[in-house]
Amino acid sequence: MAHGPQSGFKRWLFTTNHKDIGSMYLWFSFAMFLLGGCMALVIRAELFEPGLQIVQPEFFNQMTTMHGLIMVFGAVMPAFVGLANWMIPMMIGAPDMALPRMNNWSFWILPFAFAMLFSTLFMEGGAPNFGWTFYAPLSTEYAPPSTTFFIFSIHIMGASSIMGAINIIATILNMRAPGMTLMKMPLFVWTWLITAYLLIAVMPVLAGVVTMMLMDIHFGTSFFNAAGGGDPVLFQHVFWFFGHPEVYIMILPAFGIVSTIIPTFARKPLFGYSSMVYATASIAFLSFIVWAHHMFTVGMPIAGELFFMYATMLIAVPTGVKVFNWVTTMFRGAMTFETPMLFAVAFVILFTIGGFSGLMLAIAPADFQYHDTYFVVAHFHYVLVPGAIFSITAGVYYWLPKWTGNMYNETMGKVHFWLAFIGLNLTFFPMHFVGLAGMPRRIPDYALQFADFNQISSIGAFLFGAAQIVFLFNVVRTVMGGKKATDEVWDNPQGLEWTVPSPAPYHTFSTPPAVR
Amino acid sequence: MLKGFKRLFAFPAALGLVHSSLAEEQGAERWGVNMRQGVTEVAQSTYDLHMLIFWICVAIGVLVFGVMFYSMWRHRKSRGYKAAQFHESTIVELVWTIIPTLILIGMAVPATKTLYDIYDTEEADIDIMVTGYQWKWKYDYLGSDVSFFSNLSTPRTQIDNRQPKSEHYLLEVDEPLVIPVNKKVRFLLTANDVIHSWWVPELAVKKDAIPGFINEAWARVDEPGIYRGQCAELCGKDHGFMPIVVKAVPEAEYNAWLSERAEAAAKMKALTEKTFTFDELFARGEQVYNRTCAACHQPNGQGVPGAFPAIAGSKIATGPLEGHLNIVIYGSKVNPAMQAFGQQLSEVDLAAVITYQRNAFGNDMGDTVQPVDILNFKNQQ
Repeated sequence: MAHGPQSGFKRWLFTTNHKDIGSMYLWFSFAMFLLGGCMALVIRAELFEPGLQIVQPEFFNQMTTMHGLIMVFGAVMPAFVGLANWMIPMMIGAPDMALPRMNNWSFWILPFAFAMLFSTLFMEGGAPNFGWTFYAPLSTEYAPPSTTFFIFSIHIMGASSIMGAINIIATILNMRAPGMTLMKMPLFVWTWLITAYLLIAVMPVLAGVVTMMLMDIHFGTSFFNAAGGGDPVLFQHVFWFFGHPEVYIMILPAFGIVSTIIPTFARKPLFGYSSMVYATASIAFLSFIVWAHHMFTVGMPIAGELFFMYATMLIAVPTGVKVFNWVTTMFRGAMTFETPMLFAVAFVILFTIGGFSGLMLAIAPADFQYHDTYFVVAHFHYVLVPGAIFSITAGVYYWLPKWTGNMYNETMGKVHFWLAFIGLNLTFFPMHFVGLAGMPRRIPDYALQFADFNQISSIGAFLFGAAQIVFLFNVVRTVMGGKKATDEVWDNPQGLEWTVPSPAPYHTFSTPPAVR
Repeated sequence: MLKGFKRLFAFPAALGLVHSSLAEEQGAERWGVNMRQGVTEVAQSTYDLHMLIFWICVAIGVLVFGVMFYSMWRHRKSRGYKAAQFHESTIVELVWTIIPTLILIGMAVPATKTLYDIYDTEEADIDIMVTGYQWKWKYDYLGSDVSFFSNLSTPRTQIDNRQPKSEHYLLEVDEPLVIPVNKKVRFLLTANDVIHSWWVPELAVKKDAIPGFINEAWARVDEPGIYRGQCAELCGKDHGFMPIVVKAVPEAEYNAWLSERAEAAAKMKALTEKTFTFDELFARGEQVYNRTCAACHQPNGQGVPGAFPAIAGSKIATGPLEGHLNIVIYGSKVNPAMQAFGQQLSEVDLAAVITYQRNAFGNDMGDTVQPVDILNFKNQQ
C-alpha cells in the first residue's frame, strides 16, 4: 500500500503526488493573479482621471506589459494545469500522473521564472515596457536591457508548459481505467487533451521567436530589423502563430469545466456530448489558421485579409454550437444556483458577449476602426476574465469540498460572485464604448471625452479586486475546517471523482475502478 | 458590514460629482458610446457594416439569452420542476451549425465589398508620405518641397495637472496635416524607428507605419473640418502623446496654403546663410529643445536615470563640439532612442539647439554654433 506524504517543506519540494502538485499550481497561480491584479489596479488608478497623477508613462508601460504576461503565463495557465493535476487522474481513474517526477519539475521551475520576470522591475532601465505582445523592433533595438531576463523567463515558462502538456497527454492516453473509452471521458479531460496538443504545437514557436529576439539583441542578427534586411512584420506573424492558439489554450479547459458544472446543477445530462468534443477539436484546428486577424492593419495583401477574415468568422460556428449546447442543457433541467453554477452561468452569458465582439472584430474593414482600441481590450477581457477566471473560480468552488473534505461558505461564495460579476461588468463594459469612441489602448493619459467611462472602469476594477479577497478568505477558511462534505458533495454529480471519499485520500485509484 | 457597503457606494458617487463639474464644457462628446460615422464614403460603409453586425449580434443575443433566462426562471428545482433527461439530437445540432454559417456568409458579402474599396489605392490626386517617429509624425507632400513635423501641442503643464486642460487635450498639434476636400488623397506610410499606426477615426484610416516598409491608405473627405486621431500602435514611452490632426479645406484654400508653405521652405533655406547672435540662438534653441529633446532629456536637462542621459553636465554637451554635432545630427550608435536629427531639424534649429544645450542647465561652454557650421559639418562627413 502506498505511503503518506513526507512532513515539512520536503513534502512540497520533493512531492510527486498529483494532488500536492495541483495544490501548489493553484496557490501559485492565485498569488500571480493577485500580483497581476495589483498591476492592473495601478493602471486603472492612473486612468481614473485625465492627466498624469500616479505614475509616469515609462512605468505605466511596464505595468501593462507585466500585467499581461503575469496574467497569461502566471495566473491562467498554471491554474488550469493545477486543476488538470488534481482532477484528470481522478476523472479517468488513474492513481497519479504518468510522469510524476517531471510533474514536480515542471512546477518548481515556474517560481524561478516569475521571480526573474518580476526582478526586471528593479533593474536599471526598468522592466519590459513593450506590451505583452512585445512587437519588434520596440522589443529588440529599442528595448530596455532587462529584456534578456524576460526572454530567459519566457523560455523557462515554455519548458514548464511543454512538460506539463506532455504529462497530461501521457496520462490521458495511457492511464485511463479499463472501460473508459475516449468518448466516455469527461469533457474536462477532452478539452485538456486538445489543449495539451495546442501547447506542444505552439510553445516551441514562442521559444523560437524570443530566441530570434535574443539573437537580434546580442548576436548581431537582423531577423526583425529592416535596416539589416529583416522584417518587423515577420515577428508578428510568428508571435501570433503562437498567440492565437495560446488564447484558446486559456479557454478550452474552461469549456470543459463549465460543461461539467452545468449538468450537475441542471440535474440533466450535458446536451450534445459528442458535438462538444468535435466543436472543441474544430476550434483547436481553426486556431492555427486565423493568426493574422490580429494584424489586419499591417498592410497584408487583400487575399490574405480575406482568408483570415473568413477563417476567423468560421470560429463562430463551433463556438456557437457550444453555447447552444450549454443553453439546451439548462433548458428543462431542474436548476439550483450554488456558487459554482452562478459562475458557470455568468461564464456562458459573458463569454458569449465576448464572442459577439470577437465576431465584430473578425470583420476586417470594421476591425480597421476597432484595432488597438479599448474595444479590443473590452473584447479579450470579456473572454478571459469571465471565460478563464470565472471558470477556474467555478471549478475551485465545485471541487473544493472534494479536495478539503469541507464545504465552503455558500453566503460568502455568493457575495464573492456578485461583487466579481458587478465589478467585472463595471470595469469592462464601458471599455466597449470608449474604444468605439476612439480611445487607443496602452495609453497612460487620454482626451477628456473618455473621462467618465474610464472613471467607471476604474471603480469597477477596485470592486473586482476586493471580490478576490473574499474568495481568498473563503478558500482559506474551507481548508482550515467547516461543515463536513459528503462524498458526493452535490446532488448526484457525474464522474469518478465523486466515488472517492471527501477529502480525497492522498492516493486514489491504486486499483482501477470499474467504468460502466 | 452594512456601513462598509454604504461607504463603498458613497465613495464613487462623490468622485463622480467632482469630476463632472471639471469637464462640463465637453457636453457634446461626453458619454460617446458608438463609432463615429466619419466623413468619407469608406467611413460610412464601415460604420454601416459595424451597425449591421452589431444588430445581428443583438438579435442572436436576445434569442440565446431569452431561452436561457426563461429556463433559469421556469426550470428551477425550487419551483418543483422535474428535470427532463434528453441529451442528444443530430437534427438540432445540424440546424444550429447551418443557420449560423448562412448568417456568416451574409455578413461576409458586404464586408468583402468594403474591403475592396479600402484597398483601391489607385489613381490618387495627391500623395502624402507619412512617417512615424518616436513620438511625432512627419508629413511630406510628394512633388513639392513641403515637409514638416507635427508634434503634440498640449503643454506639459496640462498633462501634469498644473493647468486646467484645454478642450482638445492631447488631440492637438502644432502643425496639422492639411488636405483638400473631394480629392483622393493617398497616404504612404512608413516609420523611422519602431512601428506606429496612423489612425484618424473619421477618415476610417488606420494603417501601421512600419520601418522598412511602405503601406498605402487613402481618403476622400467630403466635408471641410478638423479631424483628430492618435497613434494606435504601442511605440514606447510617449505613445499616448503623438496625436494626428487633419484639416480638410476647400481646394483653393489648400493650394494657397501649399504655395505659402513652399515659400516658407525656401525662406528657411536662405536663413541658413545668416549669422545669428548668441541670444537669438539661445532663445530659438530653448523652443526647439522643449519641442524635440525635452520628452526624453526632460525640460530641466536632467534626463531619466537609467533610460535617458542628462544634458546638464554631460560629457558630450560640455566636451568637444564635434562630438556634440555628431550625436545630434547622426544619432547615437549605441542607444537607438537617440535619433539622428540631421534630417528632422533645419540647420538653423540644429545650430540653435546645440548652442542652447551647451549653455543651459549650468553647462557653460560659451560657444555659439551657426547654421553654416552645421552645413560644413554635414558636408565634411
